[in-house]
Amino acid sequence: MSGVRLLVGTVKGAFILEADGTRKKWKVNGPHFTGWEIYHMKGSPAAPNRIYCSQSSGWFGQVIQRSNDGGKTWEAPGGGVTKSPQGFPQGESNRFVYDTSSETGKPLTTHQWYDGTQHPWEFKRVWHLEPSLHDPDTVYAGVEDAAIFRSTDGAHSWQELPGLRGHGTGPKWQPGAGGMCLHTIVLDPSNPNRIFVAISAAGAFRTDDGGKTWKPINQGLRSQYIPDPTAEVGHCVHRIAQHGAKPNVLYMQKHWDVMRSDDAGDTWHEVSGNLPTDFGFVIDVNANEPETIYVVPIKSDSEHFPLDGRLRVYRSKTGGNEWEPLTKGLPQRNCYVNVLRDAMSVDRLDPCGVYFGTTSGQVYGSADGGNTWKPIVEHLPRVLSVEAQTLV
Amino acid sequence: MIRVVLPFHLRTLAQVDDEVTLDIQGPVTQRSVLDALEAKYPVLRGTIRDHDTGKRRAFIRFFACEEDLSHEPPDAPLPEAVVRGAEPFCVIGAIAGG
Repeated sequence: MSGVRLLVGTVKGAFILEADGTRKKWKVNGPHFTGWEIYHMKGSPAAPNRIYCSQSSGWFGQVIQRSNDGGKTWEAPGGGVTKSPQGFPQGESNRFVYDTSSETGKPLTTHQWYDGTQHPWEFKRVWHLEPSLHDPDTVYAGVEDAAIFRSTDGAHSWQELPGLRGHGTGPKWQPGAGGMCLHTIVLDPSNPNRIFVAISAAGAFRTDDGGKTWKPINQGLRSQYIPDPTAEVGHCVHRIAQHGAKPNVLYMQKHWDVMRSDDAGDTWHEVSGNLPTDFGFVIDVNANEPETIYVVPIKSDSEHFPLDGRLRVYRSKTGGNEWEPLTKGLPQRNCYVNVLRDAMSVDRLDPCGVYFGTTSGQVYGSADGGNTWKPIVEHLPRVLSVEAQTLV
Repeated sequence: MIRVVLPFHLRTLAQVDDEVTLDIQGPVTQRSVLDALEAKYPVLRGTIRDHDTGKRRAFIRFFACEEDLSHEPPDAPLPEAVVRGAEPFCVIGAIAGG
């Protein structure tokens, strides 16, 4: 029988929620890695019990964990106990070293700092892990300060794809309020050489040659908060989503504005339409309906909570512009939570399940495409990420 | 035999319940203790010292014999009581924030 597994990252550990295909009763497992920030977990589409996890701490830095049994047990690749001090030192799975070789257009060593001066790249944490669609041992990592890394050995070791930072606009990138992070990685299912990424606050970028070369894809974005609102880079993109059946259609929740591209990011146009506010963080696409999309409007960039204290998911069945509020089962008074950029996900059942987590520790789920909602679990720590896995 | 006390989160990461013990050949210093610790527990690489520079992470402190050794040179000899195993070398997560 089919089922769904939700991978929930919080500021104080990881939780794994499981249900059968009816999605009525959920079992909550965890916490794993108690006390650590779990920015993101994601399972391999090619081997769903292989899950990668980004575990970090302001004190102790970055750790990558991996499970081969659906999250029951975990290991830091190459991090096991060695038998003697003379044992072969490993532990490279936690090591993210920026490429500064001249062959890749470097040395590129600085980006823009908050005060406009140039600042050296400094690794802080992994925001997002994106396993390959086909190979369980290949996984991409989006990191702060913004860069993309790839492992081809199951996260034992990581190598930067330096063409992203090296293509020329890097010195114009600057940190958003959450830091200068590469938070979104979309692997195109129709083209193994095409990857989309998004960076706050630089914008969206695309490679068509497997990560060797990259280009900004921000034409059509307007950001009033930067000196040149239509600049090539500098936009605070919060999230990008794609449906595999229409790989050239991309949806974007920008700092302000919900945007759509019909040409793989070459150009964008606004589809905020009748949204009550078009600020927000998450955006996702119904697994069965490529033109059905979901956002959670947030009041403003200064007030990170829903309008009027009413938690509403908005759904468009027309690929944007025409939106309807979804409220059944969601709190409609005194609700002042936020939904962070990696904290919404959909399953692949029919009807499509939609899930999101809040900064107040609730995980809500809808088993009917958003028509009705229920809290799956409440009172978790602040939720950083939610990923749905469909198990068959 | 050198005794090392780790903070809670690093004990769970290394999957040890109590203080750890290390055999060290040669001078017993911060560097040689941490080298041996990371060799035995590779998962701790990068969590106490930066992977590449080898510098102590900002919110980590080293104590032994009721003294803060955090700012001592990494190759300075540790106290004789640590070398004898009478006192542990303590890795501390700094108390920071509210």
